[in-house]
This record gives sequence, structure tokens and C-alpha cells, in this order.
Amino acid sequence: MMKELLILHDISCGYGDGFHIEDIGFSLSEGAFTGIIGPNGSGKTTLFRGITGDLSLQKGSIVFDGKDLSKLPLREKAQNLSIVSQFTETTNITVEEYVMMGRLPYRKPFQFFDKTEDVEIAHHYMHLTNTYRLRHKSMMELSGGEQQMASIASALCQKPRLLLLDEPTSHLDITHQVRFMNLIQRLNEELRLSVIMIVHDLSMAAEYCDYLIMMKNGRIFGKGSPETVLTYENIEKVYDTVVIVKINPISGKPVVFPISWRQLATYEASLSLKR
Amino acid sequence: MQRTKLNWFFFTLLLIAAVIGAMLLSLSTGEIRIPMSDIPRLLSDKESMEYGVLAFIRIPRTLLGFAIGGGLSLAGAILQGIYRNPLVEPYTLGISGGASLGITFAIVAGLHLLNILFLPLAGFIGAFITIFLVYTLSVRSGALSINRMLLIGVMISFIASSLMMFLMSITDPNNIHGIVFWIMGSLNESNPVMIGGIVLLSVVCLLVSYLFVVPLNALRLGEEKARHLGINANATIRILFIITSLLTGACIAVAGVIGFVGLVIPHIVRLWVGTDYRIMLITSFLSGSVFLILCDVVARTIISPHELPIGVITGIVGGIVFIVLLSRSQKKTLA
Repeated sequence: MMKELLILHDISCGYGDGFHIEDIGFSLSEGAFTGIIGPNGSGKTTLFRGITGDLSLQKGSIVFDGKDLSKLPLREKAQNLSIVSQFTETTNITVEEYVMMGRLPYRKPFQFFDKTEDVEIAHHYMHLTNTYRLRHKSMMELSGGEQQMASIASALCQKPRLLLLDEPTSHLDITHQVRFMNLIQRLNEELRLSVIMIVHDLSMAAEYCDYLIMMKNGRIFGKGSPETVLTYENIEKVYDTVVIVKINPISGKPVVFPISWRQLATYEASLSLKR
Repeated sequence: MQRTKLNWFFFTLLLIAAVIGAMLLSLSTGEIRIPMSDIPRLLSDKESMEYGVLAFIRIPRTLLGFAIGGGLSLAGAILQGIYRNPLVEPYTLGISGGASLGITFAIVAGLHLLNILFLPLAGFIGAFITIFLVYTLSVRSGALSINRMLLIGVMISFIASSLMMFLMSITDPNNIHGIVFWIMGSLNESNPVMIGGIVLLSVVCLLVSYLFVVPLNALRLGEEKARHLGINANATIRILFIITSLLTGACIAVAGVIGFVGLVIPHIVRLWVGTDYRIMLITSFLSGSVFLILCDVVARTIISPHELPIGVITGIVGGIVFIVLLSRSQKKTLA
């Protein structure tokens, strides 16, 4: 039995009278690579905000490594859990300064200058995320994808045990998407870093995640291995879209193909002709 | 990193030199010219007339310029940081409105005739009530809402200035001159207790603000991100708001409304040294000191033997510099 790192006991949270997620419960073992999938507005980001404590829980509780997450001091929380949001909050500071922010949870009180150790850690993760060459540039001059990479470098500097990624590949082309997912996979395996990632690309989610949580209308629709969650029936119910699910011949993981409306119509016509 | 440290050291040293230079200039200029090289000799000669001018007029003025300029600029730098808005200054939050109303009330009621110290006291009480109102009205379900604070501050300013106009309309016309002169601000204050107090307060506030440089740096990325980095954003904002409000209230109580220092100086400093609060706070303070001491020199000499209200000079100089900066750096965000 693997050690449980994060357990959600049927949590509910949301925005005042507006959108809520309800009865979300799952548990993750240390070192898990989890994907959260679901259509826009299904509550994926709200779930993240519940886990980080930005939204207070109306029901349920979150246990992190045996402790109640809502009672953990902010600083200790920041040393264990980091999040990369969908949009990077920037200001006119250099990439290096920005990444160094990730070392704040480890600063001693009254420490005025940065320690060499912290600078080295920042440089290490800047090399890994390929942002080292940008280190003297202002965050505001960077493209969306580059900002996202800097944001990830900063999150890794927190040396978290759990990394939350909210659509980290949304601004990236396929080269960078694959490169990025490989990097996260490597960190997941080498450092036993647990990852929860919101992914839109279902095939990408299937290829990299070993556990998927599928959400619909603020509730969990299904959870389990990619093979059990990503069936065409589930996808049709959750996304209201007809797709074909095949198996990737190399990895053996499901791959999801969309079908255009015209092709679908032609196909259905040919079916009725045969009949 | 090593280079940054060296730069910071250099900036600070340069500004300390500038403060000393401005102080010497301020001591030597005026109706009676006193050569800078004679100052040490004159200070030891208690019989001379120059000693009297220095000890009772120019030194208090210069120290006041140092403390008020530094204090207002520091308050502006901190407030712009916690509000993440480069257009905030101590007066945006209604503090000056409250203080002015307090002073106007004191003059209209004739309290200043009983004891001249009632004026700064009334100003401080006015500022304090405003701070209290802005603060309590901005707290909603336990959390401080930055946007509410800003809007409530602006609204309280309007209400305060309306009430002031009301008071001015019903009072004896002789009082109006006093009110107007006070609102325009002046460094003409020679009570040694008040001078010592404000110098001490502004330096202590500078030191205390340095306990919060790391949270301030994190807040550059927004409250939420700061919280994710383990910073208690809400507590930081509360404490810094109270510190800056008290500092501003005290500055207004002593010297009246001196505008634009808290807005323009942190702006210029940010363009020069960057947004890192570890260097921003000290450079803002010292630059504010230099700016106000020099403005006072101009105010005293430009239409000599008469004196212009210092608020006129800071307003004109500050406003023009601000417009020039804004039109020059449209692409670069100043925050």
C-alpha cells in the first residue's frame, strides 16, 4: 500500500451564490501523476482554488500528508505545495528575480540578501525549463509560453511535494508541449514529485497521467486509469461530442480523435445505405 | 548578485550625499546668505545673529523638509506597493481630506486661539478618524478589499472637502485666509518637540517598513500569488496601511497638505532603481527628503522677501514631471 499524500474528503466550495463544485472526493498516493479533465466550466480550476485555500471549503476537508491542509501555516504550505496558474501574474521584474520568488518560503526572518544556495537552485530550474537564457529579460517582454515556463521554474524552486498545474501547455506548440510533459514526467519519476495537472488535450492526458479525474458540472463524473475513464461513451456524455478512441500502438494508451460534422454525416449515410 | 549589491550601496551613498548637499544649501540660502563653510563656526558662536537664524529658523525647516519629504515619499512607495497601483498616494486614501477637515474645524471653532498646538492635534485626529472609517468600511467578511479601500478613500475625500467648503462658507472671512494658507502646506514650524517628533517618527517608520520588504516584494505579483508563496498578504497589508496612515497623518498635522511628493518621487525612483523594495524604500525616502528640502529653498527664494506656500512648488514641479514621465513611458508599465 502506497502512502497517501493528498486525500479530499468530499469537499464543496465555490463563489458566493455562483458556481460551486460539490462532493469532490479522491485520494492520491505520493508520486502520483494525476490529470484532471472536463469541459470548460466543469470546475477544474475551482477545485484547484479549493485545494490551495484561495476558496474556503463549505463542506469536507483536505488532508495533506496526514495533516489538515487548512490548518497548515502558509509558509509550511508553500514549502509543500506549489501551483502554476493558467495566467501568469507579472510585473516589470527580470525573469531571474521572478524565479527567485519561489525561494521565499525558505527565507529566514531578517534575511536581507539572497543566499548563493537559493540562486543556484533558481538557476538549476531555469536551465531545466529553458528560461536561463531569458534571465535578464523583463517578465513583461516574454511570450505567454515563456512566462509560463518561468512560472513553472519558480514553482519548482519552492521544492514542493505536490505540484498543481493549471493548463500549463495551453500556450505551447506541440514541440514545447511534449518537451514540457517529458520534463514533468522526469521530475515526477526522479524526485517523486506528485503532480496534479489540468489538461485539455485528452490524448496528452492519457499518454502521461497514470490517473485521471473527469469532471462535469462541478462533480466528478469518473476517475481511474486512462483506459477506464477515456472511453468514447464517457467522452460523449461529458463533452457532448462524438469521438473515436483508439490505442496508441507504442504506449498502449488511449488516443482520442475528433470527427468533423461532415465526415460523421457521410459515415452515417453510408451506414444506412448498407442497411 | 554582487553587482546589484554594489549598485544598491552606490545609490544609497549617492542619495545620502545629496541629502547632505541639499541640507547645506537650505541652511545657507535665504534672506541672509550664510556661506556653507561658515556654518560650523557660526553654530559655535551663540551670540551672532546668524546663529539665531540657523538654530531657530533654518535648521528646524531643513529637518522638517527631511522628515516630511522622506515620510510622504516612503508612505507613497509602500501604498503603491500594497495597492499594486502606481497612481495611489497617501492623499488618495482620504487621509489629507480628513486632516484638512479637522484643521478647518479647529480654526472655525477658534481652538487655535487657545493653544496653537490644537491645530496639528485636530489635523491628526481628522486623519485618524478617516483611516478608521476607510479601514472598517473596507473590511468585508473578515478580508480587506483593496478596491473598496481605494474607492471609499476617494469618496471620503470628496465628503471631507464638501464639509470643509460648508465650514468655510459659514465662518468669519478672516478665518478663511488661515485655512487656505494651512491647506497649501508650509515647513514653517519651529516647535522643537514637533520637529523632533516627526523626524523620529519618519525614521522609525522607515526602519519598521524594512521588516516588510519581502512581503512587499511578493505582493508585486498580487495577493494570491504572495499567499501561494507563504506570505500572509492580508496581515501585511493591514499593518502597512496603518503605519503609512499614521505617518501621513502626522506629516499633514505638522506641515499641512503637501501634495505630489508621495506620488511622484516613488515613481521616479522606481524608474531609476527598479521595483525591488529592498532598495526602493530607502531611495524613496532619501529622494523625497532631497526633493522637499530643495522645493522649500525655491519657495523661500523665488519671490523673496515673500514666501510661496511649498505645496504650490511641489504641485507644479511634481505635476509637470509626472505628465512628462507618463507620456514618455506609455509602453512600460510603471508599477
